Amino acid sequence: MKIRLEDVTKTFQTFRAVHGVSLEIDSGELVALLGPSGSGKTTILRMVAGLEYPDGGAIYFGAENATHIEVRDRGVGFVFQHYALFPHMTVAENIAFGMKVSKRKRSQADVNERVGDLLRLVQLEGLGDRFPAQISGGQRQRVALARALAVDPKVLLLDEPFGALDANVRRDLRRWLRKIHDELGITTLFVTHDQAEALDLADRVVILDKGKIVQSGTPEQVCRAPENAFVMNFLGDANRLKVDVKSGKASFQDTSFDAHGLPDGPAELFFRPADVAWREDGHGIPATIIRVIDRPDSRRVLALTRNGQAVEFDTAPEFPFKAETEGFLDIRRPRIYALP
Amino acid sequence: MARRILPGLPLTLGITLVYAAIIIALPLGALVFKAASLGPEDYWRIVSSERAVASYRVTILCAAAATLFNLVFGMALAWVLVRYRFPGRRIVDALVDLPFALPTAVAGIALTTLFASNGWFGGPLSAIGIKVAYTPLGIIIAMAFTSLPFIVRTVQPVLEELDPALEEAGQTLGATDLEIFSRVLLPQLVPALLAGLSLSFARSLGEFGAIIFIAGNQPFETEITALLAFIRLEEYDYPASAAIASVMLIAAFMMLAVTNLLQARALRYTEKG
Repeated sequence: MKIRLEDVTKTFQTFRAVHGVSLEIDSGELVALLGPSGSGKTTILRMVAGLEYPDGGAIYFGAENATHIEVRDRGVGFVFQHYALFPHMTVAENIAFGMKVSKRKRSQADVNERVGDLLRLVQLEGLGDRFPAQISGGQRQRVALARALAVDPKVLLLDEPFGALDANVRRDLRRWLRKIHDELGITTLFVTHDQAEALDLADRVVILDKGKIVQSGTPEQVCRAPENAFVMNFLGDANRLKVDVKSGKASFQDTSFDAHGLPDGPAELFFRPADVAWREDGHGIPATIIRVIDRPDSRRVLALTRNGQAVEFDTAPEFPFKAETEGFLDIRRPRIYALP
Repeated sequence: MARRILPGLPLTLGITLVYAAIIIALPLGALVFKAASLGPEDYWRIVSSERAVASYRVTILCAAAATLFNLVFGMALAWVLVRYRFPGRRIVDALVDLPFALPTAVAGIALTTLFASNGWFGGPLSAIGIKVAYTPLGIIIAMAFTSLPFIVRTVQPVLEELDPALEEAGQTLGATDLEIFSRVLLPQLVPALLAGLSLSFARSLGEFGAIIFIAGNQPFETEITALLAFIRLEEYDYPASAAIASVMLIAAFMMLAVTNLLQARALRYTEKG
């Protein structure tokens, strides 16, 4: 089922949560809504589900205008951040709930068979008689997914599904969710504030800031060609230096960078910590090392430029560290954005 | 021995146990002892006398009716206090505790004045043929008034703790509001409701002050068991009074045992396995 949002707006009392968002999700696509807290991503998801209604704009499911269809008739599967399993029902009863209250009557045998299939799908065979309090967080979230899938939803919506889990469980679960999505081919929209999760899992990442879409594209597009300073900053660590642009050249002290097409005036130069080579001599931005932070796979070096701006860069773990060492920052893949 | 955060546990434990023994166990023991002094035949004659049995019937039926009324009204009140924000909510919330704070005799006099056939409520009601004061209906009203806070105060915190996402989950799965209430919310409220019900019922069984003013106290008609025990006491017939009181005591214990059992069953799902 294809979903289309058309200029959707939502205001909470005085606070505007979503400003004119338009978005298309193709049938079978897995799309991540990525953004910091307060960016409106959960509100968008809840409007697609029908748990909130937009103040303006429209939401289409296929060709049908679904904007004012009630939640219970919308045919969506929703997975909540804190699972929202019914604590007084067993795992199997939780999964069967949607079928039990459905207008489409099924025999008990049909329901049991479907519950068995879903338990197998989420790899929880044998746990059907447990209560939610008796299983782990990761298992609970898988039950929640099975429960959402039990009603054959047209669309699957997940609100920070792995937010409450440990890092390791989280990584396993998202790979597994991707696999399930590929098997079932169901249109899926999920919300996260974790960029690694979005990049790992999604066909397309929609990045939001202050209730607006700031960039939308494949993980490769948003990583390799961030369209603005917000995306550059949000997707990973980034260094920022203030520069001046003059006739297509951005200059920082004696070093200049290509700033083709940017208007003259103050701008910002961004680069990733991995895109810096440290040179004892030669060209680059002069800097002084102040300290290092050791990481399992690299060494993060903190340095100061001559005019006191902090820069971080990654080196091999063998990098010899001596405080107050002077040298040059050779920057690759710089990105320059005009000040907003 | 592991260090404890609170000092002086043996001392406080001792004081508490002695206190519990003196305040709770000793009077109950004395009651049983007094009743036992009668001998089985006399005991049975007193507790199964026609007047006593009539008083049990009046007390239990009225208490059951009052509790049932409070179950519905108390749950609605708790629901409104938790789910809605309206002007005066805090005042209503404070008023719920009033029956606890008000001397029951005052409540009894106030209710009698209101429901007497020339009272504010009693007047219009008697005009349409409903007599409240000096009838079992009056007893029910007095019982309901004094035991209302139990249901509200046991259900309220549980309702507050319920995750709103549970209702939303029910909606996304296609359940109607009624199905969400009966299958998702109510089962989770059952333990608290049982606790509130048993407390409310127990309080109604034992209520005295508020009832004697409004009940009329006609033997076989509107005489409650607590009053009968009191009448025997006034006649200096201590053993008979103790015998009747012991019946109420046994009833209260049995009811608490049954509700605890039901509650444990209803809370099975919270056990870790």
